[in-house]
Amino acid sequence: MANYEIHEHDILVIGAGGAGLRAAIEASAKGVSVGLVCKSLLGKAHTVMAEGGIAAALANVDSRDNWEVHFRDTMIGGKMLNNWRMAQIHAQEAPECVRELEQWGAVFDRTKEGKILQRAFGGHTYKRLCHVGDRTGLELIRTLQDKGVHQGIDVYMECTVTKILKDGDKVSGAFGYFREDGRYVLFKAKAIILATGGVGRSYLVTSNSWEYTGDGHALAYDAGADLIDMEFVQFHPTGMVWPPGVRGILVTEAVRGEGGILRNSKGERFMFKYLPEATRADYAADETEAKKWLEDTLSGRLKTEYKRPPELSTRDNVARAIYTEVKEGRGTEHGGVYLDISYQNAERVKKKLPSMYHQFKELADVDITQTPMEVGPTMHYIMGGIRVNADTAETRVPGLFAAGECSGGMHGSNRLGGNSLSDLIVFGRRAGRGAVDYTHKLGSAPQISESQITEAIEELEIPFKRQDGINPNDLVKELHTIMGTYVGIFREEKDLQTGIEKLEELKKKFKLVKANGTKVFNPGWHLCRDLKNMLISSEAIARSALSRKESRGAHSRLDYPKTDDSLGNENTSVSKDGETMKLEKTPLNKMPDDLKELFAKKEPAHA
Amino acid sequence: MREATLKVFRGTDYETGEFKTYKVPVEDGMVVLDAIHYIQKEIDPDVAVRWNCKAAKCGSCSAEVNGKPALMCKTRMDHFASDTEIQVQPLKTFPLVKDLVTNVAWNYEVNKKITPFTPAKDADWTFFQEDIERVQEFRKCIECFLCQDVCHVLRDHNRKDAFIGPRFLVRTAGLEMHPLDKANRIESLKDHGGIGFCNITKCCTEVCPEDIHITDNAIIPLKERVVDEFYDPVMMLLKKIFGKKQK
Amino acid sequence: MNQTKSALAPQKPLSTERRDIWWLEPALVAIGFGLFIIYATWRAFENNFYEIGPYLSPFYSPKIVLDWWKFSPALLILWVPAGFRATCYYYRKAYYRAYFLSPPACGVGGINALGLSQGKKYCGESTFPLVIQNIHRYMLYLAIAVLGFLWYDAILACIWQNQLRIGVGSIIFIANCLFLSAYTFGCHVFRHLVGGKLDCFSCSQTAKTQFSLWEAVTKFNEHHMFWAWVSLFSVAITDFYVRLIASHSISDLTLIGPPL
Repeated sequence: MANYEIHEHDILVIGAGGAGLRAAIEASAKGVSVGLVCKSLLGKAHTVMAEGGIAAALANVDSRDNWEVHFRDTMIGGKMLNNWRMAQIHAQEAPECVRELEQWGAVFDRTKEGKILQRAFGGHTYKRLCHVGDRTGLELIRTLQDKGVHQGIDVYMECTVTKILKDGDKVSGAFGYFREDGRYVLFKAKAIILATGGVGRSYLVTSNSWEYTGDGHALAYDAGADLIDMEFVQFHPTGMVWPPGVRGILVTEAVRGEGGILRNSKGERFMFKYLPEATRADYAADETEAKKWLEDTLSGRLKTEYKRPPELSTRDNVARAIYTEVKEGRGTEHGGVYLDISYQNAERVKKKLPSMYHQFKELADVDITQTPMEVGPTMHYIMGGIRVNADTAETRVPGLFAAGECSGGMHGSNRLGGNSLSDLIVFGRRAGRGAVDYTHKLGSAPQISESQITEAIEELEIPFKRQDGINPNDLVKELHTIMGTYVGIFREEKDLQTGIEKLEELKKKFKLVKANGTKVFNPGWHLCRDLKNMLISSEAIARSALSRKESRGAHSRLDYPKTDDSLGNENTSVSKDGETMKLEKTPLNKMPDDLKELFAKKEPAHA
Repeated sequence: MREATLKVFRGTDYETGEFKTYKVPVEDGMVVLDAIHYIQKEIDPDVAVRWNCKAAKCGSCSAEVNGKPALMCKTRMDHFASDTEIQVQPLKTFPLVKDLVTNVAWNYEVNKKITPFTPAKDADWTFFQEDIERVQEFRKCIECFLCQDVCHVLRDHNRKDAFIGPRFLVRTAGLEMHPLDKANRIESLKDHGGIGFCNITKCCTEVCPEDIHITDNAIIPLKERVVDEFYDPVMMLLKKIFGKKQK
Repeated sequence: MNQTKSALAPQKPLSTERRDIWWLEPALVAIGFGLFIIYATWRAFENNFYEIGPYLSPFYSPKIVLDWWKFSPALLILWVPAGFRATCYYYRKAYYRAYFLSPPACGVGGINALGLSQGKKYCGESTFPLVIQNIHRYMLYLAIAVLGFLWYDAILACIWQNQLRIGVGSIIFIANCLFLSAYTFGCHVFRHLVGGKLDCFSCSQTAKTQFSLWEAVTKFNEHHMFWAWVSLFSVAITDFYVRLIASHSISDLTLIGPPL
């Protein structure tokens, strides 16, 4: 049998983005031994791609803001399907977590009073997003990275975990390999925190990096946890559409936060048409009011009596609007719509949106201070994920925790922009604490089972033995076609059924994938294993989508275009049952009355 | 459709490794990283390359394209004449792992040795945009290590033993110029950081994909702070008389 | 990441995979500086044609006359601007590349000229002799004094027979001083001293003033290379112009005031 090296930690954190780093810092500060595994180099995680900001009700810019408003915005944005307790913790703890970042060296943009500056974003009643230009994610990850490396956390870079090991029902460790040379590694751990991010690589047009293959979702699924709300996949309304090489790359919502206007090829500002009745009153009534809001924003006034422009509607709305405009023939030459910030002062644009300016200039030959950008929806985020306890971030598998994008429940059926970075630090911290508490309560250290290791090694070795097998890249292409065609923005019963059938065929072909060459930094071989995770998460998305017979948030069914209140109190849950995926409907936790009142007394946002 | 010819370094050491030639169809707006992906998907799935965001935000896909250190995701194919070969090779300054991937672990070791952010316990966390503009420029760094690769102190003279390189001078500058930081890294910058090894030939600035003015805004100001404390007799005398300035 | 394969041997001098004409810039710099140095040396030793009417060549200003000094008076003063420029952060970059080939261009193998011999390990500006570059601030102080004299000369260049007189020469003198000021006050050290050394720009009224100064210096500093070259040429041109008039090769055109 192949050799493997062994490392032992109290807590193993898988994933070194915002959530993983925050969890590792929290756990290690409490004196336990922490190992941190990252699939790439440290500091390269997908968190760096977050641009617009961190939502936290600091009320630096608009004194009317507080956690209750943030909580309400989050729940309304998620169409009330959120785990209310998570949304509450998130809104309450985000400000503290942001201040903590500042004390660790993060350098946010400032207000004139010398406090953290906040900007407007879709679905947020007040200006709430703490930011650093349009590179907030980079600031967050670098701050956590520099904090973490001085705290004695052992970092295992370019290491992929392929299996969670268990002793009975409890977590006992993890097995994986180092990308650099393919050597195997066993981590013994009393608790594991999954912070692996999302599933975007299952889609062709995505803002996500190669790492986003649903590893945490699949590892947890295999280990016996359940995944909830997997049908809710967020398509970010504004991704680049041209040239082909950059299709899907994110265009931050901050462009709209700073006053960016969406127009179709006829020059119509179409977003007014697409505001849902329920929230229409929160947005500017016409172009004149939107313009006044903008003038107040540009002049640096902290408060404005005007309502925000319709472009700042929630992401699900804007994405559907753009998709519809294009489908009905009012799209641009390359199948997008125009996002225009060029009417503003060029220097301001460069200062507020420096990386957008460079991104378009260098990759698309477009000067956004002179001409509008072409944008269209791109797969961006998955709201669904591993079901966790809101307070401890523990899954139903003892010793297995999850935080960040790979966990589910926090964002309900649609995530507000800026709530993901705050999600990372709030629940990263919670998961760190939860895992430490768990290890303290745990009696004897769990045992490692040799047979589980043998299984894991066999699974990794087998692609090299199939010399006339299939190139995994070909299967990824097929997966992209299936997910794009049958499980996209708008869904329908027969499409989803076809999609699921095709996924089943793909799963069969997956048993024939081959790897060439050696184990030394071999992306083809890595993909053979990642593909399994992509298939599990894709199937979860498709099956969950088929089961939800309504449209809600990011889940839009052509055959059930209305939101069905009777379905608003149940989560879709999938879990492993032998070789098949079991799907159940589970009731939402009941929100206590004092929180419910926040919705009843909802005063007009801009009273 | 236009076709480009890429010569990509393949191998796990420089003795046995060699450049392999690939023909790749070129689309509008294509970058070198797209071409490498094409090779992975259609020809050799085991070509090793690091990449993550493909939008010049993570700094993973550093390589040398026609001898120039660059991010592959930012290097446009239409930048090259269509009849020329495009040569892609790994960063020279770091030990080779395979193909376009090098072992950059040394950088992470250096980072650990820099005194972290040290604010005063009673700081009230009020500071202004003008106080942090300098620091924010340095914090744009995406750690692509192109500056480390191109710096001749590391590249030609291999003084990794004595010089931390532009990336970590930038990081130090970001800490030293933070309005609330109280630590003093000047002595260690001179003795362990080897700031004197830098002869300000500015290649780091030339290759920086984030347009950080590494030399003018980070290294030279730090060099002058070192002069204040260690080379300027008048300043040193004044400091003796009036005591060290309160940071 | 603990595995280390054979590290790449140091790049061989002048070897590169670059395909552009990377040698052009260092070559132009080498020629440009070379021409200036040859011209300046010749003029400094020539000890003639440096003064006529209201004009005193910048190579000889301030004019120091010492009985015991048998050589050109230019030599008593030229070491100041020469030293200022030799220790300047821009010029260092330029000549380390163009003359020391350390490195000649980015990604092109350099030689260990700065360690003074190939056998020694590279130490750059951390040890003798190049550690002396750190006197740049003192050269700045002296250069500012010399610049003061040049401005004084430029004002004198506008006065003839106690009257205002503007000739082509006067304009050249003033332009030269403007360029020299843009270069001198855009100096990296000056930028450090006026405000760059502070960590907090808003913490006191003094700091706020220093911040404004720092911002102004920064504007010139961003184009330090440009001003370095412009002022280098303008000094040479000013001197050459004085020589042309002083040697009666041409005569200075008077625009305003009495003729020369």
